[in-house]
Amino acid sequence: MGQGIAQILVFVAVLTAAAYPLGLYMARVFADGDGFLGRGPLRFLGSVERGFYRAVGDRAVKEQTWKQYASTLLIFSFLFVVVLYGIQRLQGHLFLNPQKFPSVASFISFNTAASFVTNTNWQFYAGESTMSFLTQMAGLAVQNFVSAAVGIAVMVALFRGFSRRSSTTLGNFWRDLYRALVYVLVPIAILGAVILIAAGVPQTLHSYAEATTLQGAHQTIARGPVASQVAIKHLGTNGGGFYNSNTATPFEGPGSFGGYFELFLELLIPFAAVFMFGRWIRGMRHALAIFAAMLFLFAVGVGINFVAEQHGSHVLRTSGVNIVHSGSQSGGNMTDKEIRNGIAASAIFTTGTSATSTGAVNAGVDAMTPAGGAVPLTNIFLGEVIFGGVGSGMYGMIFIIVLAVFVAGLMVGRTPEYLGKKIEAREVKLAALGALFPAVLILTLTAAAMVTSAGLASVFNPGAHGFTEALYAYTSQAGNNGSAFAGYGATSFSAYLGGIDMLFGRFVPLIAALALGSSLAAKRIVPASAGTFRSDGPTFTVLLIGLILLTAGLMLFPALTLGPVVEGLMH
Amino acid sequence: MGRTILGSVVAIVLTTAVLGFAYPLVMTGFASVAFAGKAQGSLIHEDGLTIGSRLAAQNFTMPRYFHARPSATSPAYNAAGTTFANLGPTNPDLARNVKAAAQAVLKLEGPYNPGLTIRQVPVDAVVTSASGIDPDISLANAQLQSRRVAAVRHLPLTTVQKLIEQHTDGRWLGLFGEPGVNVLELNLALDKQGGK
Repeated sequence: MGQGIAQILVFVAVLTAAAYPLGLYMARVFADGDGFLGRGPLRFLGSVERGFYRAVGDRAVKEQTWKQYASTLLIFSFLFVVVLYGIQRLQGHLFLNPQKFPSVASFISFNTAASFVTNTNWQFYAGESTMSFLTQMAGLAVQNFVSAAVGIAVMVALFRGFSRRSSTTLGNFWRDLYRALVYVLVPIAILGAVILIAAGVPQTLHSYAEATTLQGAHQTIARGPVASQVAIKHLGTNGGGFYNSNTATPFEGPGSFGGYFELFLELLIPFAAVFMFGRWIRGMRHALAIFAAMLFLFAVGVGINFVAEQHGSHVLRTSGVNIVHSGSQSGGNMTDKEIRNGIAASAIFTTGTSATSTGAVNAGVDAMTPAGGAVPLTNIFLGEVIFGGVGSGMYGMIFIIVLAVFVAGLMVGRTPEYLGKKIEAREVKLAALGALFPAVLILTLTAAAMVTSAGLASVFNPGAHGFTEALYAYTSQAGNNGSAFAGYGATSFSAYLGGIDMLFGRFVPLIAALALGSSLAAKRIVPASAGTFRSDGPTFTVLLIGLILLTAGLMLFPALTLGPVVEGLMH
Repeated sequence: MGRTILGSVVAIVLTTAVLGFAYPLVMTGFASVAFAGKAQGSLIHEDGLTIGSRLAAQNFTMPRYFHARPSATSPAYNAAGTTFANLGPTNPDLARNVKAAAQAVLKLEGPYNPGLTIRQVPVDAVVTSASGIDPDISLANAQLQSRRVAAVRHLPLTTVQKLIEQHTDGRWLGLFGEPGVNVLELNLALDKQGGK
């Protein structure tokens, strides 16, 4: 146990140390004007950037209102859904398909296209036995970059709501997209891919290897352009694996190092976003209060999953086999877990992947104990705000903050204000829409899947656990997470319902964030007074934790009772 | 509207060209030069034959070999069709599978480990791995199997245990993750040791 706690603490410390400077750097990258690269040796990048603007026809990089920003983003995203659908439907006739995979079925293609454009990466397919190299690298991996950049862009646009006064515009979508890609995601992804290749992740265009085993049997070994895809899959909090078993596959997460490094990549930008916000609003103490609330809930999740999984499942405890942790085994619930990860690394990975909207897994979530499996479910249901997805986590958190400031204002009887902006009816409505919509969506679709025979056909495990599978599926897709109680089945019903879940779960809060940003940008900045509610310090942290648990948490509790709680009480 | 659609099409073409082709192809080029073996899947070659990958378990059934963890893939240890078993913690099938696997371990190892009871069977030997091709087993699992392998191969137990030690991957930096014994590399080393 001590060994496990030590590795988790050291990991979080190193991660925070790396994320802080990245946050400050990102605040510079997205600052207004085109002076980011200055007069240094990298000045030529400015010309490349201007070339991109000319190519997309926005020569002067005009400032956009929130409606222009949103419509550009939506048109760009929906065209990409069509392209991604098309690549899958045609892959059987296209190049870079050494395994001669046929074109993908229409319902799977739809779900997967929606999945990758919304940064969800729900894996409706088994990567290594369904998708050609072309689909993986030129279709799916491109969206890993682009959907993450879209999330960052929206976050930055919302940030501008606080830094601008009496403004009708929020920046320009193309510029934010370009800068997120070229100055943040691509350089880190290249570095990440190099390190993953060195760690043993395959990177090749050769067809799958054919081996004759020591006992003389035949074994096919899947490989491909894996490392380049895996690096951005984590950095962009996407999560869709090259292999069906995702990071648990030794090729995708080799050695004890692989999984930890990938977890580092996926938490890096969500951690950095909090510090970026602090720099952006010139209020690092406020950012630290937000960070503390996120870290607290994160630590609780890791703790519960770790203890529950180390304690083991009822089946294992009563079977008589040795599940005690010792120097020669990690013990605990090793079902659907890998030796090199053991319990501690599986616990922090599962918590990290669900707290951020990544959804990659290094252990099977379906096989976790009721309490252990409830951790990722809760993390996602709370709105992906415990660090959350790249960009989306921070704008989701700002919804909660606006609600928290509003509630605090009600308690002390003053007009609430936040960072100098008066919070009025329109802001509260938009924040409530962004914070509560996913929960409503999840419960509605889970109910639909539970009362229809087509929905019930998708369930794999019996009893309360089967209900949790369905609840998890629609929670994960609405939250754009993509992890799964993976027994939940591949029916065309769940593909279409899930696709709708992902699209609405992504774009409704995203549009609410842009509208909120615009509403804030239009306001004057009022100076802080004695009546201003302090947004730093432990009081604010506690208030924030309370609001996170209250808003979505109360809606989750009845469903949680029907699933993991009932299952836990059965023994 | 029309201009935005045109701009989006251009952006889609550019991002696909740069991120979907240039980036993975440059990485592939780099990998083939700098890490040729790892980039191709960490394959193990013997006498010009590919016998597997150090990152994928194989189906070992013969008593002279160490055996990998149970696999849920179809067929077992399918390195081109990885999967979890997805059996929930209260699923009766899980209880049945664990019981059957534990009985099989006792039957296999019992003759070489007098007094062996189910309490000494390490959990990883009876439950499926996450990938279905977990290349490692726990040290406890390797130690349990070592007496059988040593006896069948007529090797001193200490020789086998030394090989286990040599093929144990430790925690990263001595801190992160858990140690594991690479089954394929260990079995290969045993074959080279002789004693067939």
